[in-house]
Amino acid sequence: MNFSIEVNNKKVEALKGEKLLDTLNRAGIKVPTLCHMKDRFPSGACRLCVVEDMNTGKLITSCSFPASEGMRIQTHSPRVVESRKTIIELLLANHPDDCLYCTRNGNCELQSLSDNLQVRERRITGRKSKNNMDLSSPSIVRDPDKCILCGRCVRVCEEVMEVSAIDFINRGSRTVIGTSFNQGLNTSSCVNCGQCIMVCPTGALTEKKHYEEIKNALADKTKTVVIQYAPTISVSLAEEFKMKPGTDINRIMNAALRKVGFDYVFDTTFSADLTIMEESAELIQRVLNNGTLPMITSCCPGWVKFAEEFFPDLLPHVSSCKSPQQMLGAVIKTYWAQKMNMAPANIYSVAVMPCTAKKFEAQREEMTTEGITDVDAVLTTRELAQFLKMLGVDMENIEPENADSPHGFRSTAGKLFGASGGVMEAALRTAYFKITGNEMPQLKVDQIRGLQGRKEANIKVGDLEIGVAVVSGLANAKKLMEEIRAGKSKVHFIEVMACPGGCINGGGQPIGAGENAIKARMKSLYDIDEQEAVRVSHKNPEIIEIYNEFLGEPCGHKSHELLHTTYNKRDVLM
Amino acid sequence: MKALNEIVKNYPGKTRDNLIPLLQEIQNNQGYLSKESIVEVGKYLNLPTSKIFGVATFYNQFRFQPLGKFHIQVCRGTACHVLGSATVLQELEKHLHIKAGQTTRDGFFSIEVVACIGACGLAPVICVNGNFHAGVTATSIKEIIEKYKTQEA
Repeated sequence: MNFSIEVNNKKVEALKGEKLLDTLNRAGIKVPTLCHMKDRFPSGACRLCVVEDMNTGKLITSCSFPASEGMRIQTHSPRVVESRKTIIELLLANHPDDCLYCTRNGNCELQSLSDNLQVRERRITGRKSKNNMDLSSPSIVRDPDKCILCGRCVRVCEEVMEVSAIDFINRGSRTVIGTSFNQGLNTSSCVNCGQCIMVCPTGALTEKKHYEEIKNALADKTKTVVIQYAPTISVSLAEEFKMKPGTDINRIMNAALRKVGFDYVFDTTFSADLTIMEESAELIQRVLNNGTLPMITSCCPGWVKFAEEFFPDLLPHVSSCKSPQQMLGAVIKTYWAQKMNMAPANIYSVAVMPCTAKKFEAQREEMTTEGITDVDAVLTTRELAQFLKMLGVDMENIEPENADSPHGFRSTAGKLFGASGGVMEAALRTAYFKITGNEMPQLKVDQIRGLQGRKEANIKVGDLEIGVAVVSGLANAKKLMEEIRAGKSKVHFIEVMACPGGCINGGGQPIGAGENAIKARMKSLYDIDEQEAVRVSHKNPEIIEIYNEFLGEPCGHKSHELLHTTYNKRDVLM
Repeated sequence: MKALNEIVKNYPGKTRDNLIPLLQEIQNNQGYLSKESIVEVGKYLNLPTSKIFGVATFYNQFRFQPLGKFHIQVCRGTACHVLGSATVLQELEKHLHIKAGQTTRDGFFSIEVVACIGACGLAPVICVNGNFHAGVTATSIKEIIEKYKTQEA
């Protein structure tokens, strides 16, 4: 079915039915795009991908135009380049032009497009847009003035997440992106996942920065500042320092964090193990006592808010376990504080997360006990990189160090939390051991690994057969939840991650990484699991110690007080 | 005024193509699109409110505040434009402290911009609750407003 077309006077192979842009990209020709999103239906709105059709003499949008036999295409003729340049000049006409002060300076698509197209003067001057910034959300900051209306955030929110918190408002030159009734993001159905930030070409969408507060805490002599980092941070932070995607810099990061003044460095992967102990105990209780099944994981705060908004009737299915971030936060200010003889109020607890929703989670009222918050501030992977750069850490020349103990040792099962399917895999390993008394013969569960949006498996655990499902991307979660509502699903245990692929592709990760980098991060997590000795959460010596010394047993009284939480139906504009 | 649930019943096909007619009928009945009605339409058609708000704000015909006791339509058609309707609208907005599409806080006045109302001979023309005022100017507009105000008092 293949045929060839002529591109820039050379023959290029094309597949039937494919869009011209795909043909060109495969032939190694780069065509700039703005509104285009890979694997999504083309919108053809920005017109940046135009190429010249020499048969008709027209400029056509390659993202939406199908390749057809006999085509003769020029991808970079003077006319094409000129029109692309004009588009950028028009986009810049009302842009604030404050690149030097912008978070996305150096990592901005508009900036690099205008650089690539050699825009060197302001040829077109328009009225600058003057809209208020939306600072209402605990996670996401919107600056409409920097928005170029490419619509990618609207589409990711609608198509990948099925949240549809934002859309185009008004028309023509008055168009803005906003929530229903153009209110603050905090009263909308936004789940704070941050995928809109990941697709934003400019600085119109950014995370709410927390490093000012952290800087102040570090300077405060009365405070002990502790930091924890999520399982994926060690395999994604490297990219921000121009290292190869997927490089595991866990021990370098420990040293770097101590260099900038953090008193104690903990690994959230430890509390991922703790989560597994609690969650597997909860699952077994539910199975044995005819509790509400299927049980659904609660590690992902984007998913939790989504469930509270769209599926309040299914909240009893959601595990009562706090997320690893909150569990470690709670443990630090109780068990660890006692151990270290410190007042919880003098501990300033920071978390580094691949996630913007974690900022929201940290300030949920359920996460505060008697005025003491479990976690005080949350940094995304991006913010941590900015923070380390600001404080002059040379990541290339630094002696690696271990995290602090307790709460610094982890199993590789906890590390798997970073990829979609990982929580499930880790939980199965421990549940299998708890039910049968033996370790799972084959620890790796291939069926639930990988980047697919929905994975299912049936696992034999002794005499039981446990059906599990793993979904990532909230659109996939929505479908599965509707099946549960209709009583069509037979699985016992479900893992949900809001972001497609899980935390390795979280809304707080380096922007513009691309699929290969995400796969590299995933592979790195799997490699760690292959290579290390402690591969199950219940064998983590620090986990055994904390249960012996402090918590008693999983899902016991103390656990319920510190490590479990409740959910409530949310009344938001949907 | 018909209740919302009465209106939506006229659209048994709960599909997206019913959205605009439904919004139009609600506005005809209630004078504007309230937040409640948009939420209701969203539930009925299974559409996110952000989408409905997006569609409704795209068109000039929809308003999101109730009509004032005196609804002022300012013609911005060609003839009125040539004779200075832009200044009239500007003065009116300044005088009432509201923008087109809004309603004063006391609920007396609301402004709507309309394209030609077919009274070009009277340009620039405004229409208050169906009464036409011909050849309005930046000064006369204030007198007209004051007249309506005293009429109310």
